[in-house]
Amino acid sequence: MRVLLVDDEEELVSALAERLSFRGIEATWATSGQKALELASKVCFELAVLDVKMPGMGGIELKRKLVEICPGIKILFLTGHGSEDDFRRGSAESGREFYLVKPVAIEDLIKKMQEAAK
Amino acid sequence: MGIFDSLKPSFWDKKPGKGLGENLFNYRRMWQLAMLITSVVTLGPLLTLAVIDYRLSEKASESETMLRVTRLVSNTKRVVSAFLEEREAAVWFVTRDNTYEELADPARLDQILDSLKVSFGGFVDLGVLDASGKQVAYVGPHALVGRDYSQQTSFKEVLSKGRYVSDVFRGFRDDPHLVVTVRRDLPDGGFFVLRATLDTARFMSLTTGLELAAHGEAFLINREGVLQTPSTLYGAVLTKAPFEVPQYQEHTTVIPGEAVGAPDMVVGYAYIPDSPFILVISKSRSELMSAWYETRLDMLGFLVGSIWVMLLTILGVSTYLVSKIHEADRKRVAALHHVEHADKMASIGRLAAGVAHEINNPLAIINEKAGLIKDLFTYRQEYQSDPRLMKHMDSIIASVQRCGTITKRLLSFARHLDVCLQPVGVRKVVEEVLGFLHKEAEYRSIEVKLQGGENLPDVVSDRGQLQQIFLNLINNAFQAMSDGGHLAIAISPEPNGGLSVAVSDDGCGISETDQKRIFEPFYTTKASKGGTGLGLSITYSLVQELGGRVDLVSEVGHGTTFTVRLPAEAPPKQKGECDAGSARG
Repeated sequence: MRVLLVDDEEELVSALAERLSFRGIEATWATSGQKALELASKVCFELAVLDVKMPGMGGIELKRKLVEICPGIKILFLTGHGSEDDFRRGSAESGREFYLVKPVAIEDLIKKMQEAAK
Repeated sequence: MGIFDSLKPSFWDKKPGKGLGENLFNYRRMWQLAMLITSVVTLGPLLTLAVIDYRLSEKASESETMLRVTRLVSNTKRVVSAFLEEREAAVWFVTRDNTYEELADPARLDQILDSLKVSFGGFVDLGVLDASGKQVAYVGPHALVGRDYSQQTSFKEVLSKGRYVSDVFRGFRDDPHLVVTVRRDLPDGGFFVLRATLDTARFMSLTTGLELAAHGEAFLINREGVLQTPSTLYGAVLTKAPFEVPQYQEHTTVIPGEAVGAPDMVVGYAYIPDSPFILVISKSRSELMSAWYETRLDMLGFLVGSIWVMLLTILGVSTYLVSKIHEADRKRVAALHHVEHADKMASIGRLAAGVAHEINNPLAIINEKAGLIKDLFTYRQEYQSDPRLMKHMDSIIASVQRCGTITKRLLSFARHLDVCLQPVGVRKVVEEVLGFLHKEAEYRSIEVKLQGGENLPDVVSDRGQLQQIFLNLINNAFQAMSDGGHLAIAISPEPNGGLSVAVSDDGCGISETDQKRIFEPFYTTKASKGGTGLGLSITYSLVQELGGRVDLVSEVGHGTTFTVRLPAEAPPKQKGECDAGSARG
């Protein structure tokens, strides 16, 4: 499974990518929407885990652009924010089951990823 | 006291506010002012008009009375006067129509007397006096020939004036009578006098026969005040009247009865010209004025009636309006504070969401880093030798999870500020609220028990409001309890398909007087400890909004049970899309 992780916190996203690799999931990561799009334009990912709130391009905008580039890509949202609006918009985009609040246990994340990929 | 208490308007015991609102919220003063101003403005003109009208009608009635008496006196005076003039003219005619010699002849004189009796009536006898005052001829019932009248007033008067009407006197015959005397001058320079005695019965009937209303009487007096006709009030003929002779007036005069010693009388009198008589008519003042008295009674009755109706109306209207203002003010204040509270909650919610976000990101990093370290230990052989490090990593991850649980709860709490109705598991909500408070309960060794509700169906209600309701009630219970108390929450189904949540503590309890007012805004027994008196009032209005109600059973020293009864479905009041996802927390 080819996975793209996007979060403005490099520490978080790099550690997460490494942890996923231990579990046999090949994850590429980016710290901004722009970089993510660059990566996605080279090769299509099956699944993207996106932070909702990022400087510059937010997760929701990024999702739309990713879907344009790679139709059929599955999206998981990950957020630390609890604002009602974001929640509504995020869950409207991905379905509420695929909207996760940080911090999330790695086992839960993998379970969701597998569900999303189905 | 009891009646007043039940009639007492709700604002009566309301204490006026302090400072700026002192006059604004002083309802008793408002009420008093409204009563006073309205009463003065309505009763003032009414009373003034009533007094003016009273005076005018009284004056009119009095002058009307006077006029009636005056008319009566004038008419009677004319009758008496005509009677005397007629008789005098008759006697005068006799002296002109007959010579002295003819009159001195008793036979002829007798004939004349007969003629006078027949044609005029009222004559008793006739006598002729010569110039010396000696009666030379007489016809009548008495034997008076030869009597000397030279010393009598009537003779003296007739000498100087030529004619004279006497007052009533007894004279030689010792019987009340009056005489009409006329002098006839003779061509030789001498004269004689014809003297006619008048019938007093006939004379008296002039006044006694008058048809006067009850308590009225008419009589004659002479200028010395001696009664000339009988009076029931002042005595018989020829007695002296007990009052002063009224002053001479050319015209008829009416005086108040005080002057003649009869305060309740109106007295009219007239001097009868060319005679010694004064006609007096007195009538009962109260009877003359009786029509006025009746009018006066009607007026007074009407006035008192109107004043009563006005005062009652003013009282009713003032009380009603001030009560309405009081009620409106109370509602306004409560609404204002409700809004304030909601606003505060929204601010706290936003703040909490922000804080949770800020904390969640670093937490996520800690989580991932710790997880990574743990993974490294798990997947790389070289690190696996030290199991202690692994344990530390596990505890870091567990702590991060705990923090995460708390921030997620906070977020879910903050998220439910918008009102929306959805199926809610009440037990879950109570568990969430207890999750917030269990640390405090632990610190204070309060034992919390939650019973029932596991298999009950969800109710359609607002999750956020339910959270607030239970948070308030449980907080309240915590504050009422000392350390080591017991809190029991029991959820049970209600017959109407809803359910009830009873929150019982074994704290200090609420006194009976406080129980009545405990849901009022700003009613607090904890002012010194920073209580605002809003918690329970907000709880109350929140429960009402959800279509439920709160009951309270409390015993001082034994504890309190608040029971929230929720309907199966809250009334749809507020709009707002519910996010099904938010139910997840």
